[in-house]
Amino acid sequence: MEAAIFCENLEKTYRSGTKGAKGIKGIKALAGVSFSVRPGEIFGLLGPNGAGKSTTVRILATLTRPDGGTASVAGCDVMEDPVGVRLRIGFVAQASGVDKWGTGRENLTLQAHLMRVPPAEVPARVKSLLDRVNLTEAADRVVKTYSGGMKRRLDLAMGLVNEPSVLFLDEPTTGLDPETRAALWQDLKRLRQERNLAVLLTTHYLEEADQLCDRLAIVDHGKVVVEGTPAELKARISGDTVALDLGDAGDAARMAALIAPLPGVLQATAEETRVTARVQQGATAMPALITAVERAGVTVRSSTMSRPSLDDVYLYHTGRRFHGEGGSQVRDHAAGQLPDPLAEPKSADKPAGKKGAEARQ
Amino acid sequence: MNTYFTDTGYLLLRHLRTTMRIPIWIAVTLIQPVIWLTIYGQLFRRVVEIPGFGADSYIQFLTPGVVIMTALFGSAWSGMGIIEDLSEGVMDRMLATPVNRAAIISARVLHAALTVTVQSVIILLFGMLLGARVAGGIPGFLAILLLGSTLGAGMSALSNGLALVTRREETLIAVVNFFGLPLTFLSTAFMAADLMPGWIRTLARANPVNWAVIASRDAMLGRNWGGIAGSAAMLAGFVLAAVWVSTQAFKAYRRSS
Ligand SMILES: Nc1ncnc2c1ncn2[C@@H]1O[C@H](COP(=O)(O)OP(=O)(O)OP(=O)(O)O)[C@@H](O)[C@H]1O
Ligand SMILES: [Mg+2]
Repeated sequence: MEAAIFCENLEKTYRSGTKGAKGIKGIKALAGVSFSVRPGEIFGLLGPNGAGKSTTVRILATLTRPDGGTASVAGCDVMEDPVGVRLRIGFVAQASGVDKWGTGRENLTLQAHLMRVPPAEVPARVKSLLDRVNLTEAADRVVKTYSGGMKRRLDLAMGLVNEPSVLFLDEPTTGLDPETRAALWQDLKRLRQERNLAVLLTTHYLEEADQLCDRLAIVDHGKVVVEGTPAELKARISGDTVALDLGDAGDAARMAALIAPLPGVLQATAEETRVTARVQQGATAMPALITAVERAGVTVRSSTMSRPSLDDVYLYHTGRRFHGEGGSQVRDHAAGQLPDPLAEPKSADKPAGKKGAEARQ
Repeated sequence: MNTYFTDTGYLLLRHLRTTMRIPIWIAVTLIQPVIWLTIYGQLFRRVVEIPGFGADSYIQFLTPGVVIMTALFGSAWSGMGIIEDLSEGVMDRMLATPVNRAAIISARVLHAALTVTVQSVIILLFGMLLGARVAGGIPGFLAILLLGSTLGAGMSALSNGLALVTRREETLIAVVNFFGLPLTFLSTAFMAADLMPGWIRTLARANPVNWAVIASRDAMLGRNWGGIAGSAAMLAGFVLAAVWVSTQAFKAYRRSS
C-alpha cells in the first residue's frame, strides 16, 4: 500500500534575513529528515524546542519549500503538485489560525468553500463538524469570545472540513484541559478506524505519544534520531533503571563513579541526591548496588527500580530529560495551563520533573 | 480563473463581515473628515474670494479634497489586517488550502475600495449639508465615488504589499504617518494650484492623490469631463502598478516563510 506520508532527506535552512540581519548565515532547521506514515496510522514527532518538528510539518503541508530531499503526501509530490496535496490534507498549525472576528460557523463555512467542498454540502458538513467538536452551542458566537480550548477544538474541526486522508496536527493538545484532550484522542482513534485517516502530530507530552501514537520519531537538531513503536523504542534501550536516594548530593556524585564500573551496570548518573543506574538485570543488580554503596559508608534512604519509560528513551537519544531544568525546555503556554502529565511520578523516580512542575506554578 | 472570482467573493465577505462587527472603525475614520469640513470650512470660508479657487464656496472646494484624503488614509491602513492574519496564523491556514493566491490580495483591495465608497457617500452628504453644491449632479457625485475608490484600491494594494514585506504594525504605522500628510498637502486638497509655490505644484503633478483631488473637484463643479476621464485612466494605471507591487511582495513572503 502506498504511504500516506513519505519523506526522504528533507533539508531546510532559513535565511534569517529580516530578523537577525547578520549577513547571509542561515539557521539550519532540517538536516535530512526521513520517515514514512501509512494510511490509518497515527505518527508522532517528538523533540525539544527548535528540533525542526514544525518545519517538517510545514514542508509536508506545502507552506514551506524544502532546500533538499523529496516528500509526498496522499500520493502527491509536495513540490510538483502542491494543490493536490492541499486538497487532501487537513492542517492544524501550532498557532491557532482562526479568524477571531468571525463566528465558529462562519470560519468553518469559509474553510469548507476554500477546501472546495461542493457548496450544496457545506451547511450540513459544517453542522456535523460543530457537533463533533462540541461547539454547536457556541457556533454563532464570535471566536474572540471563545476559550483557548474551544478555539483549539474549532481548529481541529477546520482541519477536518474536507474529510482529508492525511491530517497534520502541530501540538494539537497544548492548552487543552484533560477531558478535552482525552476526547480528542478518542476522536483521532475513531477517525483512523472509520476513515483510515493518517495523522502526523507533534507533541510535547510523552504520555500522549505513548498512548496515542502507533509509531513515533524523536527529532533532534533537524534529524530523526530514532523511530519505532513506543514499545519497540522502550525495548530497544536494554535493561532496567535503578535509582538510589542517598540524601546528600556530594555522596551521589561519588557513588555514581563507584557504581559505574560494577558488572552489569551500563551507565550511572548522579542527579542531586540520587544515583540513577541503567543496569542489565534490575532484580539482581539492586542488592549488589545497595551493598556496594553501604560498604562505602553511605546510607541508602530509598531505592526504586523501573522498566525503561519513554522518558528514558528520550533522555537516551537526546541527552536531555524531557522536562529537565525546571521546565525550561517547555514554553510557557505548554507549562502554564495544564496539569503536566509527566510531573506525576510514574515510578518513584521523577523528582526532577516533579520539582520542575512546582517551580512553574 | 473561476476560483479567482469565487474565492475573492468568499474572502471579501469575510472582510465585510469584520468591518460590520467593528463599526466603530467606520465612525473613527469619519470623525476626522467631519472635523476638517466643519472647522476648515468655517475657518477659511473667505479664502475663495482670492481669485484662483473657481468654486462658489470654500466648502464646495474643500469637500472633494476631504473625500480623497479620507480615501487615502482609510485605505492606507488596509495592510494592518494582513499583518494580523500573519501573526495569528490565519494566513498559514489559508495557504494550506487550495485558495487562489491572487484572490487573497484582491479581496482586501476590493474591501478597501468598498469601504472608501461608503465613507465618501457619507462625507459628500455631510458636505452638501454644510452647503457644498454638487454642480456636476448625479454623474459628478458618482465620478467622485469612483475616483475615491480607485485611489483607495491602489493605496490599499501598496499598504498590503508593505505589510507583507515588513510584517510589523509599527513599520506600517510609521510609513502611513510619514507619507500620509505630505501626500495630502502636496495636492490641491486644501489650496488651489495657482496659489501654491512652484515646486509644490511640480511635485503635486506626480502625486496620484492630487490626480484624484483635481478630478473629483472638477466632477463636483461639473466641468472638464475629459480631464476627469484622463485622471481616472491614470489612477487605473496606478492601481495596476500597485497591485503588481503587492503581488510581488506576496510572492516574496511565500518564498521566505
Ligand atoms: N520562519 C523562520 N525563520 C527563521 N528561522 C526559523 C523560522 N521558523 C523556524 N526557524 C528556526 O528553525 C529551527 C526549527 O524550528 P521549528 O519551529 O521547526 O522547531 P520545533 O521543533 O517545531 O520547535 P517547538 O517545539 O518550539 O515548536 C529553530 O531553530 C527555529 O528558530
Ligand atoms: Mg513547533
